[in-house]
Amino acid sequence: MTEITLRSPLQPDRLLAPIQPERRSEMYWLISDSWIMAKRSTMHIIRSMDQVLSLILFPIMFMLLNRYVLGGAIDTGEVSYANFLFAGILIQSLAFGANYTTINLAVDMKEGIVDRFRSLPMSGSALVIGHIAADLVRNVISGIIIIVAGFAVGFRPNASLVEWLYVIGLSLLFTLSISWLSAILGLIVKSLEAAQWAGFVLIFPLTFVSSAFVPTETMPRAIRTFAENQPITHTINAIRAWLVGTPLEDSALLSVVWSIALIVIAVPITNWLFRRHSTQ
Amino acid sequence: MDPRQSNAADNAIVVRNLQKSYKDFKVLHGIDITVRRGSILALLGPNGAGKTTTIRILSTLLPPDGGEAQVNGFDVVNQACDVRSSIGLTGQFAAVDEYLTGEENLLMLGRLYRLSQADTRRRTRELLEQFDLVDAARRPVRTYSGGMKRRLDLAMSLIAAPPIIFLDEPTTGLDPRSRLSMWNLIKELARGGATILLTTQYMDEADFLADWIVVIDEGKVIAEGDANSLKSRVGADHVDLTISADSNFALAQQAVDGVQFQANPEQRILTIAANDGVTTLRNILRRLDEAQIEIEGLNMRRPTLDDVFLFLTDNGSHEHAKEIN
Repeated sequence: MTEITLRSPLQPDRLLAPIQPERRSEMYWLISDSWIMAKRSTMHIIRSMDQVLSLILFPIMFMLLNRYVLGGAIDTGEVSYANFLFAGILIQSLAFGANYTTINLAVDMKEGIVDRFRSLPMSGSALVIGHIAADLVRNVISGIIIIVAGFAVGFRPNASLVEWLYVIGLSLLFTLSISWLSAILGLIVKSLEAAQWAGFVLIFPLTFVSSAFVPTETMPRAIRTFAENQPITHTINAIRAWLVGTPLEDSALLSVVWSIALIVIAVPITNWLFRRHSTQ
Repeated sequence: MDPRQSNAADNAIVVRNLQKSYKDFKVLHGIDITVRRGSILALLGPNGAGKTTTIRILSTLLPPDGGEAQVNGFDVVNQACDVRSSIGLTGQFAAVDEYLTGEENLLMLGRLYRLSQADTRRRTRELLEQFDLVDAARRPVRTYSGGMKRRLDLAMSLIAAPPIIFLDEPTTGLDPRSRLSMWNLIKELARGGATILLTTQYMDEADFLADWIVVIDEGKVIAEGDANSLKSRVGADHVDLTISADSNFALAQQAVDGVQFQANPEQRILTIAANDGVTTLRNILRRLDEAQIEIEGLNMRRPTLDDVFLFLTDNGSHEHAKEIN
């Protein structure tokens, strides 16, 4: 039953008295709009039970499965498996967390709300920026849960404070780059189901064909070449090196270059796709 | 009354030769619309006529392929941002954020419309009151009923007090009582000075609400005018005569030969265009009486917009329609 009838009649004179908009610079409004959209997307995380559950359960489950089911059979040399595993689980969880940009953008695109936003004088990129900012919030929470779970299963890092700061900085930069990639997927997919599996198709091979859960030495040649030269491996190796003292080599530099390159490429593609959406 | 002849400054919306295609399919074949400030214009047409496409172009959601469109004096392509500040859009489906509360939805929209913090808070309070949403203000919208969502949706369109309001099929899916309430709301908004462009498939809706009706079909304007002038194009008053089952329907048809009529044998109804009003009627009744035809019912009515619409969109019956005139 839809009830439209109002208890007291409308006061159209008061309702439609003209209001002067606030005059501010373009930059002010871009930041203001992005902040509003980020608050909106963050509210979605807090108010949607499935997002909260997956945020908490997914990393813990993977940590336990790998540590206790697979861990015993994997030889990581001098480094204990709990110490080896931590960086892999951290980066995998962050990558999957960033996939929410794909799903949430696809949801917005399917529903009338995106037309409402686009009919407003707001900045066009604020919607995407908002979702990506919410991903960062989600992944910071996710990261904290993983650190706690890691310590619980025997993760014992020997990193200094500076090295921890490096770990946090590189993780955030990596998250940001995956979020922008996810934004592209979110604007391309035609349905929610597609948004779900598109993320998995992107993230699963990248995390499994990497140094996340096992050393790459035992992989067949072609797969090993891919695994050792893709951005997730570089990021994991750098974080592992800072935390538990494995060789750093040039992994940190390569990870930073990859992440920045992905962002530089993804931002204009996202903007172009968002505009193209408006012509269909 | 004709908005096409009014002064340019009096017009809130001016559309000239508007064209739009999706791939190879042409949706709008050069549409002209003029909406006077403070009036309600109804875009009337069947599904797929191009109503929603027109609204999407006017609200800057779609770029046109050709022609010109000005809203509140601003060009929809080159001055899109000024157009957006001048309009409120309510689409066919409630465009509300289900996870936010009603209050959060309004606060969000106010700032996105570039209202100051103070104005945003004031308007949010006013609109929650006006649309009976104070009690539900702090609840997530997904717990709202359909009617509450519609009210919130409308309130969100009005947060910046836009001078021009677009309503895309505002009563689709509403029960009859809610429909009447929505009609009254729309009338009230126009009384407050808003210019309203609405689309509808319902003749009675256009008839009740609109100062000016533009009938479109297959992307073309096929007629326009106020409700009365459109109705008069179908001719004079109509009389529906129901012939008794005891009498011969074919004989009744013969009896009224020479008068403009339409026969519906299944329902045993003769519809007669009473061009001379009561004189025609008296004449017909006398002839039927002489032929000993019994009449069960008689109904005299003005042609409805349904008559107008059927007659305007059905190409085959144009000749017939001229005869009635």
